[in-house]
Amino acid sequence: MSEERDRSPAFRMKSAEAAVAALFIAFGAVVIADSVRLGFRWADDGPQAGYFPFYVGLIICVAGLVNLVRGLVLPAEKNGAFVEIGQLKLVLSVLVPTAVYAALIGWIGIYVASIVFIAYFMRRLGGYPWWKTAAVSVGNSVVFFVIFEVWFKIPLPKGPVEAFLRIH
Amino acid sequence: MEEIQSLLHGFAVALSFKNVALMFTGIVLGVIIGVLPGLGGANGVAILLPLTYSMAQTPGGATSAIILLSCIYWGALFGGAITSVLFNIPGEPWSVATTFDGYPLAQQGRAGEALTAAFTSSFVGALVAVIVITFLSPIVASFALEFGPPEFFAVYLLTFCAFIGMSKEPPFKTVAAMMTGFALAAVGTDPVTGALRLTFGSVHLLKGFDFLTAVIGLFGIGEILLTLEEGLAFKGARAKINLNVVLETWRELPKYWATSLRSSAVGCFMGIVPGGATPASFMSYGVARRFSPRGAKFGTGQVEGVVAPETAAHAAGTSALLPMITLGVPGSPTAAVLLGGLLIWGLQPGPLLFVEQKEFVWGLIASMYLGNVAGLIVVLTCVPLFAAILRIPFSVIAPIIMVICAIGAYTVANSIFDVWMMVVFGVLGYAFKKLQYPLAPMVLAIVLGDRAESSFRQAMLVSQGDLSIFFSNALVGGMTGLALLLLFWPLIGLALARLRGR
Repeated sequence: MSEERDRSPAFRMKSAEAAVAALFIAFGAVVIADSVRLGFRWADDGPQAGYFPFYVGLIICVAGLVNLVRGLVLPAEKNGAFVEIGQLKLVLSVLVPTAVYAALIGWIGIYVASIVFIAYFMRRLGGYPWWKTAAVSVGNSVVFFVIFEVWFKIPLPKGPVEAFLRIH
Repeated sequence: MEEIQSLLHGFAVALSFKNVALMFTGIVLGVIIGVLPGLGGANGVAILLPLTYSMAQTPGGATSAIILLSCIYWGALFGGAITSVLFNIPGEPWSVATTFDGYPLAQQGRAGEALTAAFTSSFVGALVAVIVITFLSPIVASFALEFGPPEFFAVYLLTFCAFIGMSKEPPFKTVAAMMTGFALAAVGTDPVTGALRLTFGSVHLLKGFDFLTAVIGLFGIGEILLTLEEGLAFKGARAKINLNVVLETWRELPKYWATSLRSSAVGCFMGIVPGGATPASFMSYGVARRFSPRGAKFGTGQVEGVVAPETAAHAAGTSALLPMITLGVPGSPTAAVLLGGLLIWGLQPGPLLFVEQKEFVWGLIASMYLGNVAGLIVVLTCVPLFAAILRIPFSVIAPIIMVICAIGAYTVANSIFDVWMMVVFGVLGYAFKKLQYPLAPMVLAIVLGDRAESSFRQAMLVSQGDLSIFFSNALVGGMTGLALLLLFWPLIGLALARLRGR
């Protein structure tokens, strides 16, 4: 990655702080709502199921509110880049394939998905020739197959390719 | 001395051929994990934990399993120093302070010296911590046998308040992260009434969040995303360690005995009180700079500046296991993962372990001595090999690490849903790290949430909902008081600073 990276901020600190704090508040609110449904009071036989989570949710909301306010009053000189555009591109170029990979596992099994995933990385980001890409990606899956299925006898998710090859 | 006798018996357990082989395997794996970006002590152990399920079923197998996993932890502690000194990239958060003087030394061509000093002082720090564990933990355990629910809740409270009072992150962010951990721990079936909490009708959420998935996502995926921002290439110094360099450095090291002693003390204290290895290493570097006659030259490549943080980090990392085995309260995320391991293998961590599982406990303690000796030998002899791993291009190693994390997350409970959760936790870990939300208290809260809640509820049942039970005797009152002091420490510190400034 030698090309010039875009150094201008994609998000600033203030918006990132506010967004994450809002996320906490929303999460705390969900926890409180469910605790109220379960009952958060003191019953005859002791605390109800929602008793502990209710206060946990309440504290999350309060702490989130404080963090939100502190984020919003962030002085301008501290409001630098949360992430630069160039950095965000790099991060997304890994995060998106990883998410796709996680989705693929359930569909075509972990071994084939790993081959596709590593091959994509090496071709797209590393620019390796095909034979190196194939050797590393296939080799990796074979090694993990031997370790997990043969050696430790821990079955990992498999898909149609394994079924076709009659590997169970 | 009963401890010595138990320890000798422990050595007999740990010195079997199988266990020594596991020790070396663990150390080598651990150093590799410590060197690789995105893999560290906590998630490395978490990923390998499922492999020990079947191992722990055999008689004496739990001891072998804990020896393997704890040695991975020692290895990761050692490995962090390699990347700090040679590449100026701290492989682990606790080796950040090691880069201050370690990397300048490497640039001056004294990498061998810096590494020898780092490894040796790691070893010394660990040794001091293990000696502390050997003699202190039976006392703590026998003391804790008398504990009831209020005492245990006070210990949990103390643990979590210590995070708020002692972490360098903003206190309200610590609170938010920690309480989120508690809320995640509450997902699933309520242990007391059996009611379903926070599942919203989802089958996947029925069994709750597994903290191992969270650890792998937060520390593994999150860390890789952070590393990526810095670009894809690593540039580093080359290092060879030969016997001459080692012996020369060893001749020099006794000069720094005062620094070693101070750093060990700081490390042990910060490890037992859950402060963790990272603040311990920074604190000890700061203390050494203030007290050392060579303090002014720190940062330009002083061997002493490597000794201080490494000793403390290793002492803290090791002594974090003391509250884990005696009270069932881990002092660090990695200790929390090991605790999770004990539970999975069917062992109940806590004071009873010293009564019912003597062989396991003393085998573990003996393996701490042996594992660190093995670690020192392995790292001193194999540095060039481990450094070569970092020269593998990122576009090859990053996807492989991701695959390893995904397999680790899947094998925790054989669930593909966990792999998706891992990715979600990875994004959270990335954002949290950048915004200074601490991850350690969140992980600990996920692990301890259920047990903290049940001890609280049991205590409340005993007292009929009266909170004064947490002050009912000197012991529990003292712990609760100390916890509250730590909780409000940020405020007290602020007030003191105001007063002094006036």
